Amino acid sequence: MASTDQDISLSASETLAHARRVDAQRKTRARWILLSPALILIGLFGLMPLSITLVYSFLKPGSFGGVEWVFSLDAYIQFIAQRDIFDDTLSVNWSYLSIFSRSIGLSLGATIGALILGFPTAYFIASKPADQRNFWLFLITLPFWTNLLIRTYAMLLIIRDQGVINTGLMSLGITEAPIEILYTDTAVFIGLIYSYLPFMVLPLYASLEKLDLRLIEAAYDLYASRFRVLTNVILPLAKPGIVAGCILVFIPGLGAYITPELLGGGKKLMIGNLIAIQFGSSRNWPFGSAAALILMAVVMVALLLYVRHSAKEGHSHG
Amino acid sequence: MKHKLLGFSAACGVALCSSGAVAEGELHIYNWGNYTSPELIEKFEQEFDIAVTLDGYDSNETMLAKVQQGNTGYDIVVPGDYMIAIMIEQGLLEDIDANTMENFGNVDPKWVDVYWDPGREYSVPYQWGTTSFVVDSEVYSGDINTLGLIFDPPAELQGRINMLNDMNDVINAGLRYLGYPRCNSNEDELRELTALLLEAKTHWRTMDYSTIEKLTSGDVDLSQNWNGASMRARAQRPTLVYAYPKEGFTGWMDNVAVLKDAPNLENAKLFVNYIMDPENAALISNFARYANGIMGSEPFMDPEMTEAPEIVMPADAPAPDFVPPCDQSVVDFYNVIWTRLKQ
Amino acid sequence: MAKRYDLRRQPGFSQIAWFCIFMLYAPILMLVLFSFNDNRSVVKWTEFSFRWYTEAFANDGIRAAAVTSLKLALVASVFGTIFATMAALATTRTRPYRGMNLAYAIINQPLMIPEIVTAIASLSLFALIKQITGVTGIGYLMLAHTVFCVPFAYMPIRARLEDMTLTLEQAAADLYASPIRVFWEVTFPLLIPGVVSGAMLAFVVSLDDVIITLMVAGPGETTLPIFILGAIRRGITPEINAVSTILLAVSILLVAVFFLFQRKTKK
Repeated sequence: MASTDQDISLSASETLAHARRVDAQRKTRARWILLSPALILIGLFGLMPLSITLVYSFLKPGSFGGVEWVFSLDAYIQFIAQRDIFDDTLSVNWSYLSIFSRSIGLSLGATIGALILGFPTAYFIASKPADQRNFWLFLITLPFWTNLLIRTYAMLLIIRDQGVINTGLMSLGITEAPIEILYTDTAVFIGLIYSYLPFMVLPLYASLEKLDLRLIEAAYDLYASRFRVLTNVILPLAKPGIVAGCILVFIPGLGAYITPELLGGGKKLMIGNLIAIQFGSSRNWPFGSAAALILMAVVMVALLLYVRHSAKEGHSHG
Repeated sequence: MKHKLLGFSAACGVALCSSGAVAEGELHIYNWGNYTSPELIEKFEQEFDIAVTLDGYDSNETMLAKVQQGNTGYDIVVPGDYMIAIMIEQGLLEDIDANTMENFGNVDPKWVDVYWDPGREYSVPYQWGTTSFVVDSEVYSGDINTLGLIFDPPAELQGRINMLNDMNDVINAGLRYLGYPRCNSNEDELRELTALLLEAKTHWRTMDYSTIEKLTSGDVDLSQNWNGASMRARAQRPTLVYAYPKEGFTGWMDNVAVLKDAPNLENAKLFVNYIMDPENAALISNFARYANGIMGSEPFMDPEMTEAPEIVMPADAPAPDFVPPCDQSVVDFYNVIWTRLKQ
Repeated sequence: MAKRYDLRRQPGFSQIAWFCIFMLYAPILMLVLFSFNDNRSVVKWTEFSFRWYTEAFANDGIRAAAVTSLKLALVASVFGTIFATMAALATTRTRPYRGMNLAYAIINQPLMIPEIVTAIASLSLFALIKQITGVTGIGYLMLAHTVFCVPFAYMPIRARLEDMTLTLEQAAADLYASPIRVFWEVTFPLLIPGVVSGAMLAFVVSLDDVIITLMVAGPGETTLPIFILGAIRRGITPEINAVSTILLAVSILLVAVFFLFQRKTKK
């Protein structure tokens, strides 16, 4: 009798272990099945082009565009240093670095601006009754069904010297001369925020919508002020949305070039323009590819640093 | 008001009913955006029972990049003069013996022996024009026929200038002002050019292609511009005058050519011959607002065009300067200058 | 009185939200206004007219472009959102597993690199595929759009999932609901706000794409943004404003009907 009991319990624990293993295997399989469409699609049509770009960046430019199949590091060297047409020596090439830093600065500014405007907006939508939220979301995205170029032209009408804002300000006697906004960095800044605002609002909304009211209630019960509730309860809970929104604004903002060109007046290059002209009139595909990869590396490093930082933070708190 | 509403609803009706009948053949045209007369296409479709698709590009370089990769599916392209030269050299165009076609006799002889296609084996004229600049004569009343207005502007034009956002157009204008040759790789001369451009840029407000909007809205009073666009802008701002600077200005011609792997070669040839007919050439001009290089087309053109000072050059103006494609070494220099200018 | 104790309220937030909505719509109002401009300018007002609506309706090119744009955006956003939802389910609420970070990096790759570069490289790749298979058509454009729609849809969905607890799903599983039933009856309803946000983003991104479309599009595949881009040098006319206004009006109408319907079925 006793021995049978033991047998049963032994086989039971074996079965349990087996079931766990099967369950884990099933989970892994399900996971990869779920991932496969996105990974195959992007692997084929995202990573293959990326590899082509990588190869291009190590070749020589072909005459009149394209590439010549000869290995060369020129594209990368050109980025850092350039044989100066003024004194014939290799010197640090500040042009590209200054274009990169301006683009990063503007895009970062726009990301912060979009967050400051987008967070309250997303919060406002999330605190509407459940059956109205989709309507408000739609209201935010609707303007973007209209082409960016056309919207930008319409924006010109508002911020130009004789535009709506300046005419309004002057007729109210607030200013005497028009404030020059158009064709300045301010205009680019406004334009970028405008273009990417929904990219901030939508992820924020997705993460704020499920905000647990009980946590807020608890905070108020502990006599927290509205501001403390915002900074110590709501913001930490919305973190995934904030991260997603910032990524979606910052990275596309870096590559943007229609907005800077039309609103900024096109007198200064942004990274996006710099890279684009390499595939156009500059006829230097390898350099365009190299610049794009360098940009990608910068973005990746920034993201990695962020991931490291947040992992560390999570560790110390946990 | 009522009349307009009627027209509007009629148009809606037409739009709903017009489903294309099945045609014999096909033709795929790849032209600059908004540059092809819809009337011409419709007429061609009906006459030959060919279904035409029309797509637009924004620059010669976009078109070249696509064609270089092959298998675009397009039959007809309309490259600029220097781009024709490049594409012939790279073997991207079909030799269609354009000069033996029925309507070739209509081509103005001055457009036959051109640098980009001597004797016209591959291409025929589509539209041609000039790239100079346009000034508001009310803002500046002095002599306008000098590039000095761009590179050493008088006080009233400072900060009121738009330049095209085009490396070649800006650099070539600078070279002309300094009296140096185009496709220049002389380092001393380029150094001087860079200094000139950097100094002049402080007086420029913008560098952009949308010249018509900039001029009509009053954002700028002078803009480097194409002649046809200048005529359009003058319709909105009558005081604009197109300049023929004594230092010279760019001439250009867009040409119809057939791609090497064209799926509908015969239809494409039909189309090439078709647009050399004076009446059809005039249709293109009336839409795109440039001259066409086909003799006998004037009677079919809008009178506004045959008299426009932007299209009809004054006798004392210098000959337009057609600039061939430069070597890569020159382009590399230009890139450095351009990046420095816009850094 | 009740308002004072509204737990969610934050001072100034609704004002900022209204400011944003105003900022987003001000250019749209200008755009609609100028679609009724008699002049051929989008920057200088003359007098009221329906002229550009008539012309837009008569213009086959512009109409075809608008239809292509919508078709493309619909296909790309639907597939992009489905794939993104699946991927988000597999990369959140789980212990880190081997390959997870790599999967995350791959999904976001289309965001990381400037569009023009992807455009040129895709052009090369597609030309090669066309050469080998002989297949042509709008499928390539749909593929290319779906690829960049995935990360845009993935981000909001992931943000939504990240802090969602597993409690409810576990409870359902304890009641012997099959995984598929658990998903449809528990997970998905909770996920809807994220999916809606993601789909809307993907749709907008596809509808507005210029560079990749310009490079990948074949004959007869011109979209509205390409049409407009080509028109810049020759001057943009209010015709384009007219088309945009019609698109806006149609979408508002559709959504209004949708919301009314939704409200009715609820009652």
